[in-house]
Amino acid sequence: MSGVVDRTDTAVADGDTVVDMADVTFGYGDTVAVEEVSLSVEAGEFLGILGPNGSGKTTLLHLMIGLKQPDAGTVELFGEPTDAFGEGERIGYVAQRATDRGDAMPISVRETVLMGRFPHAGHGRIGSEDRAAVDRALDRVGIAALANRPIDQLSGGQRQRTFIARALAAEADLLALDEPTVGVDVDSRTAFYDMLDELNSEGMTIAPLEPNAATLTTPVHTAPCPTRRLCHHGDTTSFLESDAIEAAYGRRSGIVDHHG
Amino acid sequence: MSQDTADPAEESTDAVTESGGATTERFPQSGGLRQPLEYLGLGVTALLAVAMVALVAFDWLQTLSGPLGGVGEAGFGLYEEAGRALDSLLGTNVFWVSTTLRAVATGVLVGVMALLVGAFLVHRQMALIGETLAHTAFAGVAIGVVVAGVLGLSGSAGQLVLVALVVSALAALGLQWLTAHTDAYGDVPIAITLAGSFALATLVISWGEGNFPVAIDIRGFLFGSHAIVTAGGARLIGVLTVVVVALVVLNYKQFLFITFDEQAARVARLNVRRYNSLLIVMTAVVVVGAMQILGVILVAGMLVIPSAAASQVAGSFREVLVLSVLFGQVSVLVGLGTAIIWSLPSGGAIILVGVCLYLATVAVSGRSAGQLSTH
Repeated sequence: MSGVVDRTDTAVADGDTVVDMADVTFGYGDTVAVEEVSLSVEAGEFLGILGPNGSGKTTLLHLMIGLKQPDAGTVELFGEPTDAFGEGERIGYVAQRATDRGDAMPISVRETVLMGRFPHAGHGRIGSEDRAAVDRALDRVGIAALANRPIDQLSGGQRQRTFIARALAAEADLLALDEPTVGVDVDSRTAFYDMLDELNSEGMTIAPLEPNAATLTTPVHTAPCPTRRLCHHGDTTSFLESDAIEAAYGRRSGIVDHHG
Repeated sequence: MSQDTADPAEESTDAVTESGGATTERFPQSGGLRQPLEYLGLGVTALLAVAMVALVAFDWLQTLSGPLGGVGEAGFGLYEEAGRALDSLLGTNVFWVSTTLRAVATGVLVGVMALLVGAFLVHRQMALIGETLAHTAFAGVAIGVVVAGVLGLSGSAGQLVLVALVVSALAALGLQWLTAHTDAYGDVPIAITLAGSFALATLVISWGEGNFPVAIDIRGFLFGSHAIVTAGGARLIGVLTVVVVALVVLNYKQFLFITFDEQAARVARLNVRRYNSLLIVMTAVVVVGAMQILGVILVAGMLVIPSAAASQVAGSFREVLVLSVLFGQVSVLVGLGTAIIWSLPSGGAIILVGVCLYLATVAVSGRSAGQLSTH
């Protein structure tokens, strides 16, 4: 069971639909993880996917960005079915614990961020435009001074910033984050969500996934633009007051139907 | 850009100072000398590799008649001169011999291509793939004996290696299919393929010996020998090295992306399966090439050990690649030289030099060795 918190008064409301899920069902064998979920994400939205472990929220995120194909229903990314969607650079994605990879593999911050340019460059050479985009991204998330460090020498918060910079370098329109603040201390977590809020107010569509509703909603309250809505277009306060949390974290089974 | 950026920037400046003081600096972050030295080494290796490709080319040309054959003989003669000079320097009498020259060329080129592929394999946690594909290549050699017998060919080492190349590449794709279509842990299909292909090899060899008059130097293929490197084998390595280097240069970004963050690469709409197939087939190619000189059992070491050593001390992936190639060259040159001078098995000597380098890097680096999975 998972819930979706969604901001209503988006800074950018150009009406483009980023993700459009219609009656999506997905299961692993006999176990249904996502059932008849309909959900649409407009450009500039801040969509918090909440739910306890095993609620199917990672599956939901994977379906949204095309890592999984639904058993039933349709998922469209920027107006195209996810399996036909080809503009990979438009999605910035940080997988669960992706930032741990640097522990075993020596890789510098700059190299990691440069990967955001790989879909643009294809088999061609990395050019000055790509390098400039990397520098801008590093600057934007405030880790330019760390550019040449191996990422295993970074704190959890700094590593997350590195991965956000990768999405910024890609000039992604949608930022999908799977449990981005696991292993990040509370202060950095707040700073991290403040930064996401800023990026969101600059027009980036952001969809973070959090196992703990409080993690997501606390910084949201302190952020400049705290109104978010629950799955069916409710804001954060109504989400917290509604029975959605009890529904999500309680004993009842099934998925909240996100359609208003 | 928003005005609010000052806040996180400030905060991270603090964090920079903090982590700079707290983290163990990895050896040797010494001054500005390290990078120029690495690139100097890389430059020397590149020159050496080009010289060795030229050696193989001259060796091939001198088999032709006419003016091209003359060019080949003259060119190869230069290498023989260089070999004699080395002999008089070391007081030996082996380096001018054409088989030795071919073995050195093969070793140097294997040292380049194995490490370009190995650096990715180690960090894709596919270190044992090389070992498995070497066993399939051994089955390929055995099948090559049968093929040569049936077609009435001479069954030269060059022909056997060519058959091994095909068998090993097919096995690589089969292995990838098996891994994708079974629910077992990643190394179960690897173990099954390893044992299965070696089992096949023992049966085919035993059956082939009775039925076909092709002699096979099993010991040479198992343990590696610079003596089994033929002109044809060296030529094959020359071609394969050029192909592998070109493929890595062309696909470096894609390989790096799938190695570091496969899921994000998939979201970025990279064809992950295709690049995986390419990488694994390239591994098969490298393994078959390296098998002649290192032997079936030791070939995986060449893919893994120098890369593991490089990963202990490198601060970026580019540096991993550069240091892998350098460590690989040192292993090959020292190991092969020792083996040639004292008539030892080349594979064992090369690998042991590599292991010594690895232990040295573990001793001097702050990175825990346990973080690198060897499966």
